[in-house]
Amino acid sequence: MEIIVNGESKTITPMSVTAFLESVGIDPTRVAVELNLDILPKGEYKETTLREGDRLEIVHFVGGGGRP
Amino acid sequence: MSANDKLVIAGRSFTSRLMVGTGKYADFPQMVQAIELSGAEIVTVAVRRVNISDRSKESLLDHLDTKKYTLLPNTAGCYTADDAVRTCRLAREAGLSDFVKLEVLGDEKTLFPDNEELLKAATILVKEGFTVLPYTTDDPIVCKKLEDIGCAAVMPLGAPIGSGLGIRNPYNIRIILDTVKVPVIVDAGVGTASDAAIAMELGCDGVLMNTGIAGARDPLAMAEAMNLAVRAGRLAYRAGRIPKKLYATASSPVEGMIE
Repeated sequence: MEIIVNGESKTITPMSVTAFLESVGIDPTRVAVELNLDILPKGEYKETTLREGDRLEIVHFVGGGGRP
Repeated sequence: MSANDKLVIAGRSFTSRLMVGTGKYADFPQMVQAIELSGAEIVTVAVRRVNISDRSKESLLDHLDTKKYTLLPNTAGCYTADDAVRTCRLAREAGLSDFVKLEVLGDEKTLFPDNEELLKAATILVKEGFTVLPYTTDDPIVCKKLEDIGCAAVMPLGAPIGSGLGIRNPYNIRIILDTVKVPVIVDAGVGTASDAAIAMELGCDGVLMNTGIAGARDPLAMAEAMNLAVRAGRLAYRAGRIPKKLYATASSPVEGMIE
């Protein structure tokens, strides 16, 4: 099935958000995840299964001050 | 004298009145050293998409000790209230605190704030329990509105972001200081140490900068210079400067002169 991650489409098998983050090598404690425009609390990563067409935004902190 | 002179924002107290950004450094080690030399306790960070396909790059948080520094996520690059609010919600989820530096920009050329969108975003975020530090124009009326909304501080610009033009309108900054009770932190425009000292001598509660340090030929030396300037400016403000006069006043006694 296809999902959109940070604007790019990805083909995955059905899995939890935790499993997806692991599969792409992301430490869940260092990021924030938005699922279909709503914040997904960290406590819900495990029990949330990704579905066809889901849109994920995964962000983290980068260096920045006044402008990017 | 300076030992008990703390900067208090939303009940949290800080010894340093200098806040620094984490952008534009040559590399992470230089950034870490510059922050250390600046003495800053609050550092701003940006919120951006994780690169999913290339995980080889180091992460900012591999280098920043989050026990030592208070991270202040910003909404740099946001041009609408909706985008800024969304970024703040993500930042709170990614970080550990509800401190946010709210900026909603008007255009790319000036990077001036869009105050209409800023007020809209601030209203939503305060209601959602965020500690909002808004970057704004040096407009006392807007600053008062931001305070009334419930922002924890106001951060008027000295000059456009990255311009290094210093405090272009010290009179407005003084009026803002007279108008609001929350901390006033000059954000943007500081080019060199004297600019930071001037902001502090005016009575500002703090100064936030990034390019002024990171863009200097020697960022580490400038970080130290800014550290000293902010402390010197604050001390001078508290010491109470002499009034400006047109004519001289002798500092040596006039009695007992030899004749």
